[in-house]
Formats: sequence, structure tokens, C-alpha cells
Amino acid sequence: MDALTASIPLLVFVVVGTIAVASSILVVAMRNPVNSALFLLLTFLCVAVLFVMEGAEFVGAVQVLVYAGGIMVLFLFVVMLINVRALPDDRILSPYWTGGAVVGAAVFVLLVALVRPGVYHEQNDNPLALRSTTVNARHRVVQPDGTTVRKRYTRQQVVGNSEAIGMALYRDYLVPFEVASLFLLVAMVGAILIGKRELGIDDEDVDPQYIVDRVAEEKEMKEAMSA
Amino acid sequence: MPGIPTNYFLILSAILFTIGVCGVLTRRNGITIFMSIELMVNAVNLTFVAYARQFHSLHGLIFVFFVMAIAAAEAAVGLAIFIALYHHRDTIDVDEANLMHW
Amino acid sequence: MTWADTLLLLPELIAATGASILLIVPVLGGRARGHMAKWAMLALMAVTALAVIGSTYAVAGVQQTPTFRAMFAVDAFSVFFKLLFVVVIALVTLLSEDFLSEERYSTWEYYSLLAFALCGMMFMASGVSLITIYIGLELLALSSYILAGYYKNHEESTEAAMKYFILGTVSSAILLYGISLIYGVCGSMRLSTIAAALSTMLSNDALMFGIMLLAAGLCFKIAAVPFHVWTPDVYVGAPTPISAFLSTGSKAAAFAVFARVFYVAFPAFHLDWSNVLAAIAALSMIVGNLAAITQTNVKRMLAYSSISHAGYSLLGIIAMNEMGLRGILIYTMVYVFANLGIWATILMLRRHAYAGESVEDFRGLHKRAPFAAFSMVVFLLSLGGIPPTAGFIGKYFLFAAAVQAGFGWLAIVAVVMSAVSMFYYLRLVVAMYLEEGSGAETIYSPSLRFVTALSLTVTLVVGFIPELPIRQVIESSSHLVGRVVQR
Repeated sequence: MDALTASIPLLVFVVVGTIAVASSILVVAMRNPVNSALFLLLTFLCVAVLFVMEGAEFVGAVQVLVYAGGIMVLFLFVVMLINVRALPDDRILSPYWTGGAVVGAAVFVLLVALVRPGVYHEQNDNPLALRSTTVNARHRVVQPDGTTVRKRYTRQQVVGNSEAIGMALYRDYLVPFEVASLFLLVAMVGAILIGKRELGIDDEDVDPQYIVDRVAEEKEMKEAMSA
Repeated sequence: MPGIPTNYFLILSAILFTIGVCGVLTRRNGITIFMSIELMVNAVNLTFVAYARQFHSLHGLIFVFFVMAIAAAEAAVGLAIFIALYHHRDTIDVDEANLMHW
Repeated sequence: MTWADTLLLLPELIAATGASILLIVPVLGGRARGHMAKWAMLALMAVTALAVIGSTYAVAGVQQTPTFRAMFAVDAFSVFFKLLFVVVIALVTLLSEDFLSEERYSTWEYYSLLAFALCGMMFMASGVSLITIYIGLELLALSSYILAGYYKNHEESTEAAMKYFILGTVSSAILLYGISLIYGVCGSMRLSTIAAALSTMLSNDALMFGIMLLAAGLCFKIAAVPFHVWTPDVYVGAPTPISAFLSTGSKAAAFAVFARVFYVAFPAFHLDWSNVLAAIAALSMIVGNLAAITQTNVKRMLAYSSISHAGYSLLGIIAMNEMGLRGILIYTMVYVFANLGIWATILMLRRHAYAGESVEDFRGLHKRAPFAAFSMVVFLLSLGGIPPTAGFIGKYFLFAAAVQAGFGWLAIVAVVMSAVSMFYYLRLVVAMYLEEGSGAETIYSPSLRFVTALSLTVTLVVGFIPELPIRQVIESSSHLVGRVVQR
């Protein structure tokens, strides 16, 4: 029984990992981008499960919120907007796909060959570091002459993973964090600037082609109806 | 989970990264290529989290947080670029993006 | 994070705040006054430059908190590059003026994005942790994708943005994998901690692979050879002032990162990675120069020439000695000014509202615009490394550094390829002075004239009296070199 409970995490890892690999292969292999997007969603969720298994609950939650919730919706939205019906029937692979596959295989061999035990940095002896934070505290010290003095000291306080990340983010990583906020602003500006169908002054009175087509179509319909 | 060696996570992430690389190199549809890039980024995140657990250090997790923020922002801009391209030529096939020769 | 830390961040804060203000102005009714944007941007650059200089004086007495110090460094090296970036962005602002007014796109957002790009570049120059460097790099890259596709009514511009975006995100994913492997081996992302961890380490495959992936990501940014395919298309498709920015400012920032990361973090493994980078440098020089010969489009020619210049500058990183680092600093400066001058001349030539693209447009230029033709010759000679222009000084440092470090063969390749490069540079000179032709019309606005004059002054001053700039560069680079000498 003990052996069974001990191997459950491994079992979960194998199952989730297999689903992740299979669905990511399908992302690449699917002809329809909508299917690819849905399999990508499955991969994201599997990766989120793996994050939680690795003790990174906060990152796992962010993975679900940002990737599965945000990026995925964006992807589906754009795929739907662009062309669901007009699928490329002829071929989905670029003419250089054999070269690409060879390069991919080579990269894989390299990566797996290099990532073997012992190459990475040795383990930290503080297993609670992932969920603890340093706090500045004061404590009373009774001095020999009977007076008490408050002394500052720092200690490790065990908190949740999210709180530990939050403290690190706003204390140690404040500079990159602020730059990331600039980054989001730039992305917003850029998406609006580029995505907006801005009719330049030249073609302001020219309707987009699809409207012209639709108008013509409706006209034909009406004529057909009246005839 | 104490049971699973860090290595397993690293190998899984290497597999995902390679699948992403293959997707980028072999597909023609711009959006599928971008999805493959997201796969690569996810694989890297998995590596970071695995190392963070190995070292019991928060730095890896924080980096993952930043990578996610940046990936989300890049997705917004990238998809806007694809839409703009689609407006021009009704396809997002990268092989047909040959107005200028590669 | 204390107020003292904030003081050191002042240039970045000013650039970011200024960029946000530029973004708000059109909402507050400034849309109609597009011509004001240029002056607002130039004022912002002036204030930023003052803040950069001011922050150098602030460094001396100010106590920084250790958490801040682990992320961000204000040192002479970063100040050198920040001033260079501010000047580049100011000159690109001047280059953009005519183009923006003709194309009738919103100007405020354009300048705001340029200022955000500057912000990213400054974080790249100052970052001492891979996190800060990565985020600065991405801020610059994202602004560049948007700016490359800024003329979205032009199909070429959108296509350039798409190519730049796809290849850029792939390269940053590769860079990230490299960072993750380095983090895995060293247990830290701070450059000095990485260096300390490596100094006690024997050869390590995963680390080598990590360094190589990191170098690959950076080589994309500087457009070195296996990762250069985007360069010609993006330079041709993007708005011309943005091509000028990508080939100067963006590359200079990538070189700042390249130099800092490799000089500070990886000196212990120099023997292992230098040969790979040497191959990349040699390939960049050979492919870039040979491909440039066959081009008839001046923008594509400049793109290939910029690929070859990435190869020359890599010599300074491969050499890994005092002279090499100084060579990178001098050469980056020299290259940036010569290139900006050439782009100004291209912008000056118009044919059907398009900037001068083919070599024929340059025919007989010395009759129509003698000053432009003369300065163009100086810039081309500088890129070719002919004395007494500044390019000679830069190349001298780089080649001497390579020889000093035992890479004599690489220096020989570089010299031969410089000679080859003169072939296509001189083709432009011949077109301007010896061939007759009506060519394109010339619109020589005061802004373009100013950019040309400033670039010409720098190129000639550094060429004729190199002592002063070299002393400046030596001071700027001394503490990074100090680490190398200590090892």
C-alpha cells in the first residue's frame, strides 16, 4: 500500500505528461487552426497541473488565468475572425518541412542528452524557501541592568507560495516589475495602433471590399425577389 | 511532490520545446506558427519551475511570472499584426509573404 | 527600494513618464498639432540626457540597497551607452519628421513608442541580472515590432512587421531556454553570481549549451549570420527612419548586452565559447559582404553591410581583453553615426514618394547636393575602415584585439572582407561623382542637414583626433575590464 501511495505522483506525472506531449503534437499537426488552438489549451492546462505538482501553486493559477483564459481567447478570436471556412486545402507544410523536421530532431537529441542528473546547481538546504519570506521584526531584549530594548532582526516567516512570490516581486524585483508594466502599456498601444482598421485620409470614402460585395449581393437578391 | 526527480520535468520540457521548434519550422500558417512559439515558451517555463523546485528558490518562479506577462502582451501585438496582414492579402500564410524575397 | 535608488533610475523614469505624456497629448487635443510632437520628443531627449549625466554624479555618494544593486547598475559603461542611445533616438526623431508629415500617420504615438524603446535600451545597458536584461530586451523588441509595422496601409511594412515578429519571438524563446539552462547550472540570474559559480566549475555541457542558446538569441538582435534572414526584408519593408533605428540603436543596445553578459558572467568559459562565436563572426563577415555586392537596392545593401559589421564587432567579444571591449565601444559609436548619416542621405532622395532605394538614384548627386555627396563619401569610407575616418580607429582596435587574443586568422578574414566591402561602397561613390543622371529629386530639409552634419562631425573628429573619445571609452570600459584582468 505504501509503495502504491508513493508512486501516485509519478503516475499522475506520467499521465499528465503524456497528455501534454500528445496534445502539443496535435497542435502542430492539426490542419484547422481552431483545433490547434483547442489542443494548445489542453497543453496549457496540463502544464498548469505540472506547475502545481512542482509546488508552484501561484504560477499554476496564473498559467490558467493568463494562458488558458487570456491568450487562448485571443487566439480563438483571431482565428475565427480570419478564416474558419477558407482552410488551406492543398498543403499545410512549408516547402522546407523536411529540413525543419531534421533540425527539430537534432535539437531534441541535444536537449535530452544535455539534461541529465548532476549538471545543475546543488540543492538549497532550506526546503521552505519557496513558501517563506523574510520579515523585519522587533523583539524585546532584557538587558543585564533590567531595562528592555527593542531590537530589529529579520527572520524567515513561513507563508503561502503566493505570498512569498508577492513579497519577492514587490521587494527584490520591483525594477523589472515596473518595466513589465511599461511593457503591457506598449503592447496595448501597439495592438490598437496596428489592429485598428484605420482608413487613411486617402481611402476614407472608399468602403472596404466586403461591404461593396455585400451591397452588390443584396441588390441582386432584391432584384431577384422583385422579378 | 518529493517523488519525481527534477530530470523528468526537464526531459518533458525538452520534448515540448522540440515539438514547438518543429511546428515553427514546418508549418505555413502564421497563427499555427505562433501557437508553436507559445509551446516553446511554455516548455521554458516548465524548466524554470523545475529548477526553482530543485533549488528551493523563488527566482525561477518570478522569472516565469515575467515570461507569462510578456508572452501575453506579445500575443496581443502579434495577433494584431496578423489581422493587419490579413486585411492586406486575405491570407496569413507565411510562404506567401514574399513581397520582398527572403 | 529607497529614494536613493529612485534617483539612480531617474533617466529611465523620465523616459517612461515622457513617453506616457506623449501618448496622452493627442487625447488632450494635440492631435491637430502633429508638428509639435518632434519638439516635445527632442525636449524629452534633452532632459533624459541631462538625467543620465546627473545620475553619474549621483552614483558617487549614494548608498544603494542590495536588492536594487542586484538588478540594476549605473556605471560608466551603462552611461556611455545610454548617452549614445539618447543621441540615436534624437537623430531618428529628426529623420522621421519629413516622412511622418508626408505619410499622415499619427505622430505622437510614434514618438511615444520610440521613447519606450529608448527606455528598454537603457534597461538593457544597465541590467546586471538576466531578468532585467531580458525584460529590457523585450520592451525594445516589442516597440520595434510595432514601429516596423507602423505604416500599416503599406503592405510591405506589415509584412516586415510579421517577419520581424515571428523570428523575434522564436529567438527570444531560444534566448529564454538558454537563460533557463544557465539558471539551472548556476542557481542564479545575477551576472556576478553566475561568474562566481562558473569560476569553480569544470567543463559543463548543459552550461555550454545554455551560453550558446543565449548567444543565438543575442545574435538575432545584432543580425549575425545564421540568424540574419530577417534583416534585409525588415530594413526594406519598415518605414525608413525605423530601418535606421533598427540598424543603429537596436544593434548598439544588443551589443551593450552582449558585452556586459559575456565580459562579466562568462570569462571562465572563454576558451569553450570563443571558437563558436569566431565561426559566427567569420560567417557574418563573409556572407554579409559577398551578398552586399550583388544588391542593387541600397537598403538591402545596407542591411547586408550591417550584417558584416555585426561580424566585425563580435571580434571584440571573442577577444575578451581590454582592447576588445574598447574596440566594441568605439566601433559601435562610429558605426552608429556613419550609418545614421547614410540613412539621412537615403531619406533625402525621393522617387514617387519613396525614399531613394536603388543605386541609380544616387547618380550625379555631387552636382545637385555637393555637401550630401561629400558627407556620404566620408560615411562610406568610415564603414569601410579607411583612414583618416573614424571607422579606421574602430577597426584598428577590434583587429588588434583579435590578434592579441590569438585569433590572427579571424583578423585576416576581417581585413580581407573590409577590402571586399570597399567594392560595393565605392560603387555608390562612383555613381555619385562619375556618373551622370537626373536621378531622384532631392528634398534636403534642415533636420536631415543637421543629422548629416552632426554625423559627419563625429566621424571626422574621432578620425582625426581620436585621443579624446578613446580616453572617454577607456574610462567607460575600465571597470568591466577590471573584472577580466582580475580573473
